[in-house]
Amino acid sequence: MELHTLGIAELRGLLDRKEVSVRDVVDSVYRRIDAVEDRVRAFVTLTREKALESAAGAQKMIDENRSLPLSGIPMAIKDNMCTKGIRTTCSSRILSNFVPPYESTVTSGLLAQGYILIGKTNLDEFAMGSSTENSGFHTTKNPWDIERIPGGSSGGSTAAVAADECIASLGSDTGGSIRQPASLCGVVGLKPTYGRVSRFGLVAFASSLDQIGPITKNVRDSAILMNVISGLDPRDSTSAQVKAPDFTSVLGRNIKGLKIGIPKEYFIEGMDAAVDSSVRAAIKQIESLGAIPVEVSLPHTGYAVAAYYLLATSEASSNLARYDGVKYGFRAPGKDLLDMYMNTRAQGFGAEVKRRIMLGTYALSSGYYDAYYLKAQQVRTLIKQDFEKAFNQVDVIVTPTAPTAAFKLGEKTSDPLQMYLSDIFTISVNLAGVPGISIPCGFTSNNLPIGLQIIGKHFDEETILKVSYAYEQSTEWHKRKPDL
Amino acid sequence: MMKYEAVIGLEVHAQMLTESKIFCGCSTKFGSGPNSQTCPVCIGMPGVLPVLNRKALEFTIRTGLAMNCKISSYSRFARKNYFYPDLPKGYQISQYELPICEHGHIEIIIDGEKRRIGITRIHMEEDAGKNIHEGSGNYSFVDLNRAGVPLMEIVSEPDIRTPGEASEYMKKLRTILRYLGVCDGNMEQGSLRCDANVSIRPVGRKEFGTRAEVKNINSFKFVEKALEYEIKRQVKVIEEGGKIIQETRLWDSNRGITESMRGKEEAHDYRYFPEPDLVPIMATEDWINEIKASLPELPDAKMERFITVYGLPEYDADLLTSERATADWFEDAVKAGGQAKAVSNWMMGEMTKLLNDENKTLEECLLRPEHLVEMIRLIDDGTISGKIAKIVFEEMYRTGKSAGEIVREKGLTQISDTGAIEKAVEEVIAKSPKEVERFREGDEKLMSFFVGQVMKATKGKANPQMVNELLKKKLAG
Repeated sequence: MELHTLGIAELRGLLDRKEVSVRDVVDSVYRRIDAVEDRVRAFVTLTREKALESAAGAQKMIDENRSLPLSGIPMAIKDNMCTKGIRTTCSSRILSNFVPPYESTVTSGLLAQGYILIGKTNLDEFAMGSSTENSGFHTTKNPWDIERIPGGSSGGSTAAVAADECIASLGSDTGGSIRQPASLCGVVGLKPTYGRVSRFGLVAFASSLDQIGPITKNVRDSAILMNVISGLDPRDSTSAQVKAPDFTSVLGRNIKGLKIGIPKEYFIEGMDAAVDSSVRAAIKQIESLGAIPVEVSLPHTGYAVAAYYLLATSEASSNLARYDGVKYGFRAPGKDLLDMYMNTRAQGFGAEVKRRIMLGTYALSSGYYDAYYLKAQQVRTLIKQDFEKAFNQVDVIVTPTAPTAAFKLGEKTSDPLQMYLSDIFTISVNLAGVPGISIPCGFTSNNLPIGLQIIGKHFDEETILKVSYAYEQSTEWHKRKPDL
Repeated sequence: MMKYEAVIGLEVHAQMLTESKIFCGCSTKFGSGPNSQTCPVCIGMPGVLPVLNRKALEFTIRTGLAMNCKISSYSRFARKNYFYPDLPKGYQISQYELPICEHGHIEIIIDGEKRRIGITRIHMEEDAGKNIHEGSGNYSFVDLNRAGVPLMEIVSEPDIRTPGEASEYMKKLRTILRYLGVCDGNMEQGSLRCDANVSIRPVGRKEFGTRAEVKNINSFKFVEKALEYEIKRQVKVIEEGGKIIQETRLWDSNRGITESMRGKEEAHDYRYFPEPDLVPIMATEDWINEIKASLPELPDAKMERFITVYGLPEYDADLLTSERATADWFEDAVKAGGQAKAVSNWMMGEMTKLLNDENKTLEECLLRPEHLVEMIRLIDDGTISGKIAKIVFEEMYRTGKSAGEIVREKGLTQISDTGAIEKAVEEVIAKSPKEVERFREGDEKLMSFFVGQVMKATKGKANPQMVNELLKKKLAG
């Protein structure tokens, strides 16, 4: 049996019944990495030695019949979540030597539940991008076709899961950075409600939009990880005082009579025909399980991308000011303070990060604030209200995750606006703060995965997991593996 | 010649006396080794988040209430963006559009008249660290111990017209802050800092002139000096046909002048926007009322009470209430049975003199209120003279011993025995025939000479009233 191909739930059974050892699992994962990583390039850092140490500890717990939900489960973490004593780079030259002296709240939670860190995964620098081509180190390849991008910014995490280089991973999602690459890599990616998961230790891109979520091989694993990472964190004032339920308890419940909203604004021209037909087929499938489709309208959808690129860049321009060469990270010498600042930031940041810092700086500057930042905030409120109104009629909203399947390396790098449109279906969800999941719902004729996005009400991840699980169990898409 | 008046508004930064910093748990203690009181949050490491210290919020609300402000039920933090090595995040978390306190005022007394100075707003923010330029190398050091120490910024309306008013305003602010226990008010150590917006206009004109901001006024004694200089400078510029330009000027206390630091064109664009890492502050009415109920009696109210309840003159009441500790000391003495005015006289006279000589505060003083009361009683019952009392007072101040103990130990009891005084008087008269003759010829000023001689002979212990009476009798011959 190829242990690295399994999910969390299956491995939990095998490990707890002592049919396999943690070492077997970890070795299997690293053998897989050795075999495919030079083609996929999902990782920035591998933590082999530490993983073997953790494996021994996890095995001990299992042997003593004290296993925890993640005891012995090898996972990969997007390299914008701080891991104590382990380099955390955000795939940026400016943090290429940064080793945090603290652990993010999410990874502390995973550690407390016995997980094994396999490595830190590649991303678009500071999570700014939709293809991992903006990584300061290298581009990750889509395991389904290594001529293509995996999506982004969590492309390393989704590619690692799709290529079975880990059992599951964590990503972060500011405008689609979990869901879009999950869609393009054929895995399950969930962006929780804003405030559901602590952001402490997540290197900020846009604080009011960033949210950490699980990337998994199936829906059950997503629920298992949600149980571990959700909840109030006193170190994050924006984490919500909402009690997290057992997300696995709703899996398997039927979805009869559930109202499924289909927003007409999300079925647009320019969308891949294969995406359109797969998503429509998926909706039919969900309908056949007893759910009721309802057409809804999210009228301000057309303004989402513009509002997003003002708000996210404004926050980013401030969040990234701390990388100044003074305290940690990369420093380029200069003849005086200003010169050092300018050299450090000119050499330390890549082109897309600089573009966004400039955009955000402009949007916040005196005389422009009202026209850009403030206006965008008003649009954000309207988009939030769109969802509130729609959710008065329906329980979930179903859309495509991305307008296309994975595109070719370099295809959109010269046109940032084309690249920004990759997130056209995911961005509104971040602006509204609601949860959204992407699950596999088909393949193009080139055998490239297509994702279905299911959006829920605030703090109602349970319903989107329930629908996702019901759909997944009635299809075979999630069982397909790339031929690497 | 045209007469000008100044229009002054002050922006005061007060470091709060919280145990820990405003957004992390680090200590705020002053004077520890460089960067010893820092953590990933106040160093601005990647991925860390601020969490508001509720005590800092409470202190600011306390201050707002004491200064008659409206407390906002909904308030926000904002980011003020600029690059500087002592600002680890590249932005300062401050408040901008929705400060916690607005529309207040305090009262000052100018030439016996009450003047009301408006408080525009009071908001919370974090302090920056310190850049240290020492050593010969081509580098500087950064100490982030102060980064994240909670500050209140108290902004006045442009209601101040003279440097003297500005100084009184600062003193009053300091008194209130110290009464509330929210700031130690030490300008020299930088826990209270003052920037001033200054403009001038012809007397009678309503419109404001162009203002200059004067920074770095780092001592109480410089508040008046810096403003006097700046006002004179502006008058001179105008009278010479020039124009005041809007700029930031730095007070140089060594040279006693203000100098241009940066003009309007070079002014920073701070790109303020709401801080997304902190949720809006909701101060409930219940909580605000709870804080209001816990406010101590404030200096103005205390002064009124000292006048009406203890019958003190306004001058005494003002001085005694300028520090809460002084007022408490006074009241302890009165409670112990002291007569209010007598206690006040000793406190404002001998006590203040001794404290000032040694640059000490009342808290460091060994003298107890009940000891002063006992001493006053000893004067009243004739055990010691007023002159001897000064010696006893100083001894009490130095040793913390009681008045009775000192009088006993040093044998300072007043001589009220007629026989003993009479003997001393006769001896003095016998020894000074020339003076006696001149006195009898009408030089009555010599009386004090005789009194002095008798007191000397009795080591100051003779009852002065009896000495006077006996001398008069004997000299009359």
